[in-house]
Amino acid sequence: MSDTNYTDISKDGLWNNNVALVQLLGLCPLLAVTGTVINGLGLGLATMITLIASNGAVSLIRNWVRPEVRVPVFVMIIASIVTTIELLMHAWLHELYLVLGIFIPLIVTNCSILGRAEAYASKNRVLPSMLDGMMMGLGFTLVLVVLGGLREALGHGTLFSHAHLMFGDMAKNWTLVLVDDYSGLLLAILPPGAFLGLGFLIAIKNVIDKRQAQKQAAPSQPAIDLEASSA
Amino acid sequence: MQFKLSSSPYEIPDNSVQRVMRNVLLALLPGALACIYFFGWGVVINLLLASGVALLSEAAMLKLRGRPLQPYISDYSAILTACLLALALPQLAPWWLTTIAVAFAIIIAKHLYGGLGFNPFNPAMVGYVVVLISFPKQMTHWVPPLMEGYSNLSFVDTFNIIFHGVLPAGASWDSISMATPLDTLKTQLGLEKSIDEIRNSKTYGHMFGHIGGVGWEWINGLFLAGGLWLAIKRIIDWRIPAGVLLALFILSNTFALYDYASFASPTFQLFSGGIMLGAFFIATDPVTASTTPKGRWIYGLGIGWLIFMIRTWGGYPDGIAFAILISNMAVPLIDYYTMPRAFGHHWTEFPHHHKSHEDE
Repeated sequence: MSDTNYTDISKDGLWNNNVALVQLLGLCPLLAVTGTVINGLGLGLATMITLIASNGAVSLIRNWVRPEVRVPVFVMIIASIVTTIELLMHAWLHELYLVLGIFIPLIVTNCSILGRAEAYASKNRVLPSMLDGMMMGLGFTLVLVVLGGLREALGHGTLFSHAHLMFGDMAKNWTLVLVDDYSGLLLAILPPGAFLGLGFLIAIKNVIDKRQAQKQAAPSQPAIDLEASSA
Repeated sequence: MQFKLSSSPYEIPDNSVQRVMRNVLLALLPGALACIYFFGWGVVINLLLASGVALLSEAAMLKLRGRPLQPYISDYSAILTACLLALALPQLAPWWLTTIAVAFAIIIAKHLYGGLGFNPFNPAMVGYVVVLISFPKQMTHWVPPLMEGYSNLSFVDTFNIIFHGVLPAGASWDSISMATPLDTLKTQLGLEKSIDEIRNSKTYGHMFGHIGGVGWEWINGLFLAGGLWLAIKRIIDWRIPAGVLLALFILSNTFALYDYASFASPTFQLFSGGIMLGAFFIATDPVTASTTPKGRWIYGLGIGWLIFMIRTWGGYPDGIAFAILISNMAVPLIDYYTMPRAFGHHWTEFPHHHKSHEDE
């Protein structure tokens, strides 16, 4: 395809077709590790790197793999990449590796990665595929970070705590204490908080989209009378 | 002679939402008064605060959703949710805890699901569980019931505790709050004490009355009376509370007979904690309860069974809120499988009895 539109790929990944908010894929890690901003960021970046690499690799071999065996081949590619990332994190980000635990190897099972390989990379050239992987990963990371921030702020009253897990000793004092003496809303850190938080993020996105569509559709027409239409 | 003809229905029950809710509130009154008598001003403040927050949240949500205010505000449903919550929360709960519980109940558990009639979970119980899970420490601020050697806190003291978190001079939380009988029983049983030892102990014995906990037995008795009145007036279905109480009675009786020393008696189980409030006023919520006669039995028995399990082996001293929420979740399934046969139709005509239907 010669008419690849890089802006559209970016927009799709970040917003219109966001992995977490629209496709609702990869919710298991999304809900499980977003206790803090840094946990979310760590897993988000790991997922993004996996997506870029797997999309690139799948795109490279797309003309040689027969459709009948494509899924096992994709899964093997993704598994090798994730194993590499896991070993790298074990070596260089050992503390973060311990915090994220099982969710790093579980990136293999993140539906969005196989989903992108199948839906995009297996049909497109290498460069657009890698960009697609990056943008999808970035969109996913953004949601992880925002949700992590939401839960951390509500649950602990802080932001960016344990940043040294990722950025080393210089980040030890990055922790923002939003409220002193905060007793903590335990619900936000527990699993229900993740579900509620994600629900609110999806709702907010839908509201923004709706506003946008209304603005574009009828800038000159009078706004729809809500009272009349609901009666 | 001319007869005036009219079409069915011939007996029109006047069961508008407003009337039902008003009657439930009325039936709540004796038990609520007993709560005020035994636990003092905290109950009054909680009731007023919860009602205020409920009305505000309801009005705000109705406005946001573009619904008319007047008919929905005046149906008393928000007030009922607030009152049930206020009676379930500890009397010295800080004001923000009550506010969070009520706001969560009305805004998230009720309106985000589509408002009254569409919520799958009992709003009051959702609000209660949210604060129970989130603020375990504040949820222990129960005051000792009025009994020998104890007196209720004054209005000013109670007000200061709830709104400013300031304890009266010379008092500590340990001196003004007390574990509930159910809580004490659970803790002490965990320490390998027998029921008799606990009931006769110098430290804890005085909080156990003739049948339930001191004060609690009266409160439960009066909620039972109000609930029976509702059942007789056919505002609630008697099957649900009957199922709850029956399951709890049978289970606790069986276990108490099996091992008298480590399982509380059925009468204690039935007259402690919020059991009558839960069975007659919360489990019977027309929106979230099962709607078929057989289903209501299953729903009620399930709640009673869960309450016994949570009280005996669970992590919380009382489990009414969890039991009701879990059973709420099962209601669509229960209703589906207990749908009464429509007159003139055979059982096999229903989709779930029609196995070949799925094979098509």
